[in-house]
Formats: sequence, C-alpha cells, structure tokens
Amino acid sequence: MTHNLSSPISEEAVRKLKVGDQVLISGVVFTGRDAVHKYLHEGGTLPDGVNLDGGILYHCGPVVLKDDNGDWQVTAAGPTTSIREEPYQGDIMKQFGIRGVIGKGGMADKTLAACQEHGAVYLHAIGGAAQVLAECITRVRDVHMLEEFGSPEAVWELEVQDFPAVVTMDSHGGSLHKDVHAQSGDALAKRR
Amino acid sequence: MSRLTESLVELIRRTSAEIPDDVQSAILRGLEQEKEGTIAKSALEIIERNIDLAKRKSQPICQDTGSILFYVDCPVGLNQVEFEQEARDAVKEATRLGYLRQNSVDSITGKNDGTNLGPGSPNLHFHQHASDEIAVRLVLKGGGCENVGAQFSLPNTPLKANRDLDGCRKVILEAVHQAQGKGCGPGILGVCIGGDRASGYEFSKREFLRKLDDRNPDSKLDELEQDILSTANELGIGPMGFGGKTTLLGVKIGAANRVPASYFVSVSYMCWAFRRHGATLASDGEITGWLY
Repeated sequence: MTHNLSSPISEEAVRKLKVGDQVLISGVVFTGRDAVHKYLHEGGTLPDGVNLDGGILYHCGPVVLKDDNGDWQVTAAGPTTSIREEPYQGDIMKQFGIRGVIGKGGMADKTLAACQEHGAVYLHAIGGAAQVLAECITRVRDVHMLEEFGSPEAVWELEVQDFPAVVTMDSHGGSLHKDVHAQSGDALAKRR
Repeated sequence: MSRLTESLVELIRRTSAEIPDDVQSAILRGLEQEKEGTIAKSALEIIERNIDLAKRKSQPICQDTGSILFYVDCPVGLNQVEFEQEARDAVKEATRLGYLRQNSVDSITGKNDGTNLGPGSPNLHFHQHASDEIAVRLVLKGGGCENVGAQFSLPNTPLKANRDLDGCRKVILEAVHQAQGKGCGPGILGVCIGGDRASGYEFSKREFLRKLDDRNPDSKLDELEQDILSTANELGIGPMGFGGKTTLLGVKIGAANRVPASYFVSVSYMCWAFRRHGATLASDGEITGWLY
C-alpha cells in the first residue's frame, strides 16, 4: 500500500504506518549523519532555524554544487548506512520530536524501542539511487553547520516532492530487518 | 590541463556516472527474477532507473563516490611521480565538476578541505609490465559497502570453520549474512584466501577488476565461487535486505600464499553501484580504448 506522507507529521499519522508500506514523502527534510548525531548526543544545540518537531531526518551526505546564480543544486542524494547512528538515534528522536528517519540498511533495538515509545518510523530509501532521489529534491532551502562539518556532514534543509521510501521499522515494534535477519540465519544454518 | 589529466578526468567521470555493462546485465537478470509486487522488485526498478538517469545526466550514480582506487599497469620507465601528480590534479578537477563528492576527511582534525586530496587519497597502485601499453583501471568504492567487509582468521570455532575450502565457504557465507542489506545489495564479493592482514584485503579488492561473467581458471575456486553465489541467493536477504532472490550478483575469489601460522580469509563487499572502468592510454596520455 502506498501512502503520501507530508512533514510535519502527526503522531496519529505515523502510528498508521506499518512495515512494508511504501510511502511518497513531500515537504521539508533535514539531512544529518555521523558528525551531527554525535554533536547533538553530546549536548549540542540545533542551529537557528532548524526545527525537527514532527520532522523528518535524512541520513544523507549529498553532492551539492553552486549554480551560475549562486544557488545550491543537489546533484546526487541517496541515503547513507543508518546503523552507525544506532547509539544516538533513539535519544535524539525523542529529544527533538522527530517522527521519521530516512536512511538505509535499517537500525537496531534501541531505535526500534524509541519508535514504539515516541511514535516514529524508519523509512528505507534505496541505497545508491542518488539520481532518482536527487530528482525528488525540488529546492535547497538552507544549509547549516557547513563550515564545521563539511558538505557531506552538514545539515541541508531540503524541500522534497514524492520521495519514495519503504517503512521497514514501525511504531508497533515491527522490523523488516529483524525478520529478514532471523529468516536468512535459519536458511544459512541449513546450508552450512 | 595536460592530455593525461584530461583523460583521467574522463575516466573518473565515466566511472562515477556509468555502470559497466557486465554489472548492468547482472542487475537486469536480478530484476527479472524478483516477484511482481514485492518491494525487492520495486527496489531493483528504482536502481535500474537510477543507472539510466546517472548516465544521461553524467552525474554520480551514488552520492558516495567512495575511496578512489587507481590500478596502473605501466611500461618500465614510466615516471610514476609525474603520473601520480596528474592523477591528483584530475581528482581535484573531477571534484570541482561534481563527478566526485567532497569525500576526504582528515581523520585527526575532522576537516574536509573539499579537494579529495590527502594521505591515502587518491590511492594508486602501480604495476610494471613488459609492454609499452599504459592501462589504468579505477574503482570508486563507497563507504557503506566497505564497512561490511570482514576478515576471518581460521580456524574459527563458533563457525566450525577449519583451514580448508569448506571452512572458507562457511566464513564467506557468514560475511554475507552479517552484511544483510547494509552494503547496498545485491552485492559482489571480492575474496582473498591467504596473505597477511594487509595483503589479504588488498588482493580481495583486486578481484573487483575481473568481469562479473568471467570464470575462475582454478577449478576449485570456480566451484567455490558458483556455490557461494547460488547459496547466498537462497538465503532470502534480497536487494537492500528487503527479502528476495537477488542477494549477490557475483563472487570472485583469489588466493595468496600464507605463512604456516596464518590462514586469513578476507572478504570485500561491493555494492550494486559497482563503479569500475578502465582505459588504455597512448604515451602522450590520450585514451586509446576502454577496458570494460
């Protein structure tokens, strides 16, 4: 089933989503990856103008160029591997009110528990599909922490339209990653 | 810009934006195998669309343009110092043009100066050969797939892996299971049996220079490659770890001698966005042909 999902997202809307649902995301998303997660988890504050309440965080380090008019253009923007943020994600989700995290590869128990408790989902985008996903970015609204963290690690504020993803961890304890890990483990045990 | 630098910029552009034919064919075969209506199928459809779009727009297939690995076969007497400088110039220019992301970070200060130049970046491997030809191969290997690589020291008690090919099979399949979808599957494995901790990984990466549809000339390794490919595709990990039939697109295994005390199996994982191209160059640096 395909759902349209627009930010900001209410808890009610997020609780309706189940593992396996395909979604098309529209609205504003903020990128944030390794450096930002560590910074926030160590007590760092969000830059002015960044409000993640009901918002969507995208694990992504895009390729961004300045065009002839001096405007930022995202030319490649697929997801990065999310599991590296596992030590931080659940706490950050709850602290800042994040309802959706876009990434790839899935996350583990601590994040899954936070999704259930707080009301949030993990949205799996297609890793490596940097061109298809960049086409869904209609505008770069702003960039934060560019100097401190460098372009791939900065917080890019992006407007997206119909950005495709799959719910692989929901707010009811469901995780496709856990299921596939267990099933493939059983299949491997039979073939050892 | 010198002709050699121009040629290397073109090699980088092509590698970043255009998937090699052998890889695209394997992805298409995977797409045909997945069931209609599954998220595995739709993942591969998006991947296929992405490949076409990147080529058409001459932009990176994946935003993580990865570690920059040059493999240069060159005649005796080639000035490697100059060649390396030209390769660095090409990397800087390709980064400015957006074929490469600003992807190189100082590990101590955390600074990214946006040039992709620094200790270990780019990484050049020179090999002299008895021919006048210069052949440059380039692999751009993203961090997501690099992070799921694994090195095993045999025997491995929990996996019941002894120092033989069956033991190798067990640990290689374990690496596939551990990786799940985190390395952007369907993936390709480059494996080295033997060597030391450094050369094992080094040789495992060289296996990525082989074409996906070639066959290993060593019949035992060929059998192991085919076995691991078919077994991995029965595990149900699938594209992106969504479940499905296409977990691996290829397995390439080589061997290096070891010291009696060591028995390493080094597994490098390559994502579906397998960026590898190569060109032959004339002595003035002009491209005379493509290798993949």
